[in-house]
Amino acid sequence: MVEKTMRDKRMSLDAVIGELRSGMTIGLGGWGSRRKPMALVRALLRSDITDLTVVTYGGPDLGLLCSAGKVRKAYYGFVSLDSAPFYDPWFAKARTSGQLIAREMDEGMLKCGLEAAAARLPFLPIRAGLGSDVPNFWDDELRTVTSPYPDADGRTETLIAMPALKLDAALVHLNIGDKHGNAAYQGVDPYFDDLYCLAAERRYVSVERVVETEELVKAVPTQSLLLNRMMVDGVVEAPGGAHFTLAGESYGRDEKFQRHYAEAAKDPETWQTFVDTYLSGSEDDYQAAVAKFAQENQ
Amino acid sequence: MTSTETITRAEVCAVACAEIFSGAGEIVASPMTPMAQLGARLARLTTEPDLLLSDGEALLLAETPPLGGKSPIEGWIPFRKVFDVVASGRRHVVMGANQIDRYGNQNLSAFGPLHQPTRQMFGVRGAPGNTINHPTSYWVAKHSKRVFCDKVDIVSGVGYDKVDPDNPAFRFLDIHRVVTNLGVFDFGGPGHTMRARSLHPGVTADEVADNTSFEIAGLAEAGETRLPTEEELRLIREVLDPKQVRNKEVPA
Repeated sequence: MVEKTMRDKRMSLDAVIGELRSGMTIGLGGWGSRRKPMALVRALLRSDITDLTVVTYGGPDLGLLCSAGKVRKAYYGFVSLDSAPFYDPWFAKARTSGQLIAREMDEGMLKCGLEAAAARLPFLPIRAGLGSDVPNFWDDELRTVTSPYPDADGRTETLIAMPALKLDAALVHLNIGDKHGNAAYQGVDPYFDDLYCLAAERRYVSVERVVETEELVKAVPTQSLLLNRMMVDGVVEAPGGAHFTLAGESYGRDEKFQRHYAEAAKDPETWQTFVDTYLSGSEDDYQAAVAKFAQENQ
Repeated sequence: MTSTETITRAEVCAVACAEIFSGAGEIVASPMTPMAQLGARLARLTTEPDLLLSDGEALLLAETPPLGGKSPIEGWIPFRKVFDVVASGRRHVVMGANQIDRYGNQNLSAFGPLHQPTRQMFGVRGAPGNTINHPTSYWVAKHSKRVFCDKVDIVSGVGYDKVDPDNPAFRFLDIHRVVTNLGVFDFGGPGHTMRARSLHPGVTADEVADNTSFEIAGLAEAGETRLPTEEELRLIREVLDPKQVRNKEVPA
C-alpha cells in the first residue's frame, strides 16, 4: 500500500505564470519597495499575459508591469519606491498618458477590502475615504452604507462601504517555506501577504529557500508562520526573488540598482538597454546580470 | 552655554513643530518629514514624555534618538497595526503637502485630472484615513502660492468644507496646525478657514500674503512665534540634530 503524503506544491516561476490568464485580477504582496514578488513579476513580463487588474500597495512591481503595458486597471493605496526618486517612473508614465484605470484609495481601504474578500463578505464599512476625492476615482464602484444603529444622539453614521477586493490570484514573496505552502516572514513586518492569499482563488508564494517543515518551524518564532497550507497553491524557490526590493532579514533594498531602474526609465533608449541586460532572459540571467552590476558599481 | 543669539529659522520651525504635540498625551506621533520628526522628538524630551514614536518602519522607540539614530525599542507596530491605530484615533500625524487650500484640503496624490494627471506623485496614501480619523497637521518647508492654492487638484487630506454636518462619521476631523518656514497657522478663521497664529521672527504679514493664493485670517494681528528656550536649543543642536538636517529643509 502506498502511503499518502501531503501535496508537493513546488513549481517553477514560469509554471506559476502558466496558471494565470490575461484579464485576471491579481494581488501583489509586499509594500512599496519592500518584499515584493519581483521574480514572479519578471516571469509575468516574460509571458504574453496582459490586460491585468492589479491590486497592490504599489512599488516597482506595478512599475515593471506598466513598462510592459500589462496593466489595464490598478487598485492601490499608493505607489512608492520608498527612496529617491520616490515616484515610480513607469507608473507615472502610465498615469499621465491615461493608459490605466486608477482605483486609487486610502491605504487602510486596501487592507479593509482584502479583509472583506478573506471573510467572503461583499463589503466592510470604513471611515477612510469620506470627504476625499477617493470616491471620484472609483466612478460608481464605491458606495456608502448607513448604520442601522443610531449613535447616542439619535443620528446615524454613513460610512464608505469598501467592496471586497476579490482576487483571481495572489503573488507574494516570503523568506522561508516548505514544499506544502507553510511559509514565514523573517524581519519586522509581515505586510499584508496573508490577506492577499486569503482574498485569492489561486495563491502563489515564492520564498528565499524551501526547507523541510521541521526546519521551518524551528527557524522562526511561531507568530511568524504567516501562511499555512490552506492559503497556498504553489511554492517557488526563488533566492533573491524580491530583488531589488528589500526582504526582511534576508537582504536590504538594492538602492543602487533601484536608482538605475528609475534612471533607465527616462528615455526609450536607456530603457531598451535595461530590458536587454536584465529582462530578456531567465531569472538566473537576471540574477547574474545584477551580480555583475553590483561588482561594477561597488 | 548654548547661544540664543544666533537662533536660526529652522530652529524656530523645530519648536513650532514640537508645539503641534502640546497636550497630545499618550498617542502615536507620526511625523512624516525630518523637521516634523525633530519637533516630535523635541516634544517628547520636553513637555510630552508619553508620546509614542516609531522608527518609521515597524518598531516603537523606547528612547528618543537623534535624527537617523538608533534607540532601544518598546514595542511592535507593523503597517497593519498602524491602520488599527488610525481607526482608533490615538494618533497625530504631520504630513507634507504638495497643495493645501484655505479649508485645509490637502493634495499629495497627483496634479491635474484624476484619470490622466499631468504629474504623478504618491497617490492619496493614508491621507484620507488620517484626516477623517485623528488630529492631522502639516509641515511645509517652502511656503508658496503653488502650495497654498485656491483649489487643490486632488483631495487626499480632507478639509473642513467637505464635512457633512449631518453625518457623525465626520466628527473626528481635526486639522490642528500648519507649520511653514514663515509661520504657524490653524483653521480657526471664519468658517474653518486658515488663520495665522504667529509669524516667525523677521517674517512680515506682506511676505505671507505674497506667498499665499488666498486670504489668511488674522494675518495682520498675528504675533511672533516664540523663540526656543536654551534647553530646547541644546536639545536641537546637541542631542537631536547635531548634523543639522534641519538646515536642509529651511536654510539658515
